[in-house]
Amino acid sequence: MPKRRRRWPYRYIAPLVLVGLLVSGCGQQYVLLHPVGPVGKSELHLLILASLAMGIVIALVLILLAITVIRFRDKPGNRAPYTPNWHGNKTLETIWWIVPVVLLTVIAIPMVNQTFALAKVPKAKDPVVIDVTSLTWKWLFQYPGHHVATVNYLEIPTGEPVLFELTADSPMNTFWIPQLGGMEYTMPNRVLPLWLEADKPGVYWGHSGNYSGIEFEKMFFDVKAVSPAAFNRWLNQTHQTAPPMTMQDYHALLKFNTVGYQTYGNYPTDTFPSVMSGYTLTGSGMYLIEHNQHGLKYVPMSNK
Amino acid sequence: MPSFVLYLIHTLFPHDVRRPTELGADFLIIMSGVIIVYYLTKQKKWRYLWDEWLTTVDHKKIGIMYLIAAIAMLFRGGVDALMLRTNLALPTTPVISASEYNEVFTTHGTIMIFFMAMPLIFALWNVAVPLMIGARDVAFPRLNAMSFWLFAFGALLLNISFVIGGSPNAGWTAYPPYTGVAFNPGPGENYFFLSLLIAGMGTTMTGINFLVTTLRMRAPGMTLMKMPMFVWTTLTTAALILFAFPPLTVALAMSLFDRLFGSSFFTLTHGGMPMMYVNLFWLFGHPEVYIVVLPAFGVFSEVVATYSRKALFGYSAMVLSVLAIMFLSYGTWVHHFFTMGAGPAVNAFFGLSTMLIAIPTGVKIFNWIFTMWGGRIQLTTAMLYQIAFIPTFVIGGATGILLATVPADYQLHNTYFLVAHFHNVLIGGVLFGLLSGTYYWWPKMFGHKLDERQGKWAFWLYFIGFWVTFGPQYLLGLEGMTRRMYTYPLGFGWHELNVISTVGAFIMGAGFVVMVYNVLYSLKYGERDLTGDPWDGRTLEWALPSPAPEYNFARIPVVTARDAWWDMKQKGQTLANSLSSHDISTLEMPKNTPVPFLLGLSFFVVGFGMTFEWWIIVAIGAIGVVASLLYSAFDYDEHKHINADVIRRTESALGRLQG
Ligand code: HEM
Ligand SMILES: [Cu+2]
Repeated sequence: MPKRRRRWPYRYIAPLVLVGLLVSGCGQQYVLLHPVGPVGKSELHLLILASLAMGIVIALVLILLAITVIRFRDKPGNRAPYTPNWHGNKTLETIWWIVPVVLLTVIAIPMVNQTFALAKVPKAKDPVVIDVTSLTWKWLFQYPGHHVATVNYLEIPTGEPVLFELTADSPMNTFWIPQLGGMEYTMPNRVLPLWLEADKPGVYWGHSGNYSGIEFEKMFFDVKAVSPAAFNRWLNQTHQTAPPMTMQDYHALLKFNTVGYQTYGNYPTDTFPSVMSGYTLTGSGMYLIEHNQHGLKYVPMSNK
Repeated sequence: MPSFVLYLIHTLFPHDVRRPTELGADFLIIMSGVIIVYYLTKQKKWRYLWDEWLTTVDHKKIGIMYLIAAIAMLFRGGVDALMLRTNLALPTTPVISASEYNEVFTTHGTIMIFFMAMPLIFALWNVAVPLMIGARDVAFPRLNAMSFWLFAFGALLLNISFVIGGSPNAGWTAYPPYTGVAFNPGPGENYFFLSLLIAGMGTTMTGINFLVTTLRMRAPGMTLMKMPMFVWTTLTTAALILFAFPPLTVALAMSLFDRLFGSSFFTLTHGGMPMMYVNLFWLFGHPEVYIVVLPAFGVFSEVVATYSRKALFGYSAMVLSVLAIMFLSYGTWVHHFFTMGAGPAVNAFFGLSTMLIAIPTGVKIFNWIFTMWGGRIQLTTAMLYQIAFIPTFVIGGATGILLATVPADYQLHNTYFLVAHFHNVLIGGVLFGLLSGTYYWWPKMFGHKLDERQGKWAFWLYFIGFWVTFGPQYLLGLEGMTRRMYTYPLGFGWHELNVISTVGAFIMGAGFVVMVYNVLYSLKYGERDLTGDPWDGRTLEWALPSPAPEYNFARIPVVTARDAWWDMKQKGQTLANSLSSHDISTLEMPKNTPVPFLLGLSFFVVGFGMTFEWWIIVAIGAIGVVASLLYSAFDYDEHKHINADVIRRTESALGRLQG
């Protein structure tokens, strides 16, 4: 056996990957590591916490494995003890039932907390609501109460939560703006909520995370975060100046194709399901979500 | 008449299978078919093929057929993978079009899971389990052959879709409503559902067969807690199959109904509920990932003990952990769709249950390491896979935990981070495990070892190639690249990492080439195994000559200890030197039958007819199915006898008979 077999490449791989990550992780293209909103930030914190806890496990196993393999190689003159019938040790075994339990608990507690925390829109007042419909290879955004609709781009105010209501008139997609926070599916016959918030103005990209056909990879959209004042100005201006969406326009959008940006100053009311079922963000359980001029009303399903 | 021919051409060879790649594949398939037929005819091998293989019910031969099929499918799936990776390295000049890319990632995933990993597992089960428990065959040999042929014809049905009619293109998960006719006309998805339904029947029957085999066919003295670990994982996996495949069958059948008969279970219109499909699919899908990984755990438990020359550490804890995994794996499926709005309580529950299942998995890792501790580690090819598996799988499990951390999964779901995670566990765990088992049991199957030097080359290429491919994909996930895109715009910083990843894929491809060369080379030059126990093994299969005779054990051994064969060797009482002539009596063995092959063929005809909605062909196939089953039911002549003298002659020729 040639001697150089003793160089174990995998001992270096993990550190290399880690260093690579740290060095390149500062690059702005690592969007998950550079969140600009509270949702993305708390998701990143959990990711880091879990990575650290798991890093301990990985390091432990790698070190133990390296020592074992080097020490107990079957080569002539190896004086390490040979114990062919040693097949158990209560203390050791108890230790490695406990170690993962402890490390996982460290992850699990904040995980549960954050899961519940992120399921509620913070701040008492009604959030800005945007109805999102994924169509075949394009996105339709509607601002209920403001009579404004856009395709493939949307504007949001900074510094306040935005509640997205997601549905699909297409195969399933996911609505994802990586720098603001995690994704949620858009599904036909269902409406799902997701809230996000941008801390600072900017243009962030979004994309569908779920394959839905041959031009699905083109389902990028832009999110323009502007100050609340500018946002309101934009809403009013668009409502007054942009042409209204007709039913024909909507049907054109249902075609299987891609389109550029579009802006509408109004839209037909039944293009977004007016009564839908889905889990809402104000508590757990099934609610009917109803719109009125001022915002949303949540009616528990059991009351109907 | 001519219009009928035109109709056939348009249906069977629509535009999208008249592309250069497909035509090239057509040509290759036809050429290799011609060569095979010519060779068989010239060598007068048809009879041999029929008598010895196509009609066999011998578990050892069925195992070898599974192995050949699995390696062929690994090739097909691997070529698919290289096509995908090539496209991703060249975002500005895609080599294959979007529609081809979608078909290729769909067949890649489907083939790798259902037609590569599963048959490779069944190959090892068939080859090793009956021998390890001291049995002469599985509990239901004829059912075993049926399982194989249902699998084989299911695989064939999926594979011909590429050149006849068009491949499925909705991913291995086949989420509706995209699979509905509204979005997906053409026969592709029909092929998908039907081939999986046919192969799934075979798989379910294999599950039943091995559940009964391990529970009822063990040699006297082999109590449950004396079973080799590989047999334990077989038992638990078989149980998982039994309960995991029904939801899949239901989901596939309902989707097929939506397509063929206009029902609306999962459609976009008429209030279909696509999410119901997602639930059913993952109710199968998560147990499925443990169905494929538990057997690999079993292999490692045997391999690590043998090549460390030491008893498995913490046997009872290992048993406990596979049982825990078996039960818990039914309770985690929602982690595949945390982002479908089930609500925080449900998500938190399934996040926790997923973390829970990682505990028994982690415990096994430490037990393997401590099996090596205090042993004498021989770095054979099989053992190298084991040693590489541990860090690779731990990292895969760790990233699984990151995905199970619900809020983090909102960001990571469906990105390349997820892709890297499951390849990390599927290649580092499943594939490495099954290859390790293949190298380990190869002498038992074929009577010679695989060349170790070439085996190690293949190993290093796979291992290094793996990390070069999938390491960068974790980073791509953090860069926000989502999965299943056939190309991507520049400017997101995704290009460089994708190029690295593609290089890695080709390194793995080179590993496959070396591995195949290794097999061919060793057929001729591999070291012959004359003892039947080339690795100084611990379990009963090594008590037999390689390959084992048709009846396996001339006399069924009596087991008194956990590593039965090791124990016997320690006590100096090997089967060989204690077998005397009057221990041997005439044996009853199952007889060959053409029914399983014909049944598979009939189901293939049904599946093919249904794919194109040609109901006459379906009826013909259905008649074949019923006829085969009826014939089988009334065929009472299903046994043959192997005369005691024949056995005596065989055994003494092997030098295993006293006096
Ligand atoms: C410690 C153990 C494991 C944990 C905690 C874990 C966790 C997860 C989670 C949470 C997901 C869903 C991620 C998402 O879709 O966003 C996932 C996906 C997946 N895992 Fe694991 N996993 C583990 C082990 C395994 C094993 C052993 C296998 C297979 C051998 C496996 C195969 C897969 C596959 C195939 C997928 C994704 C399939 C798809 O969407 O196409 N995992 N895993
Ligand atoms: Cu899972």
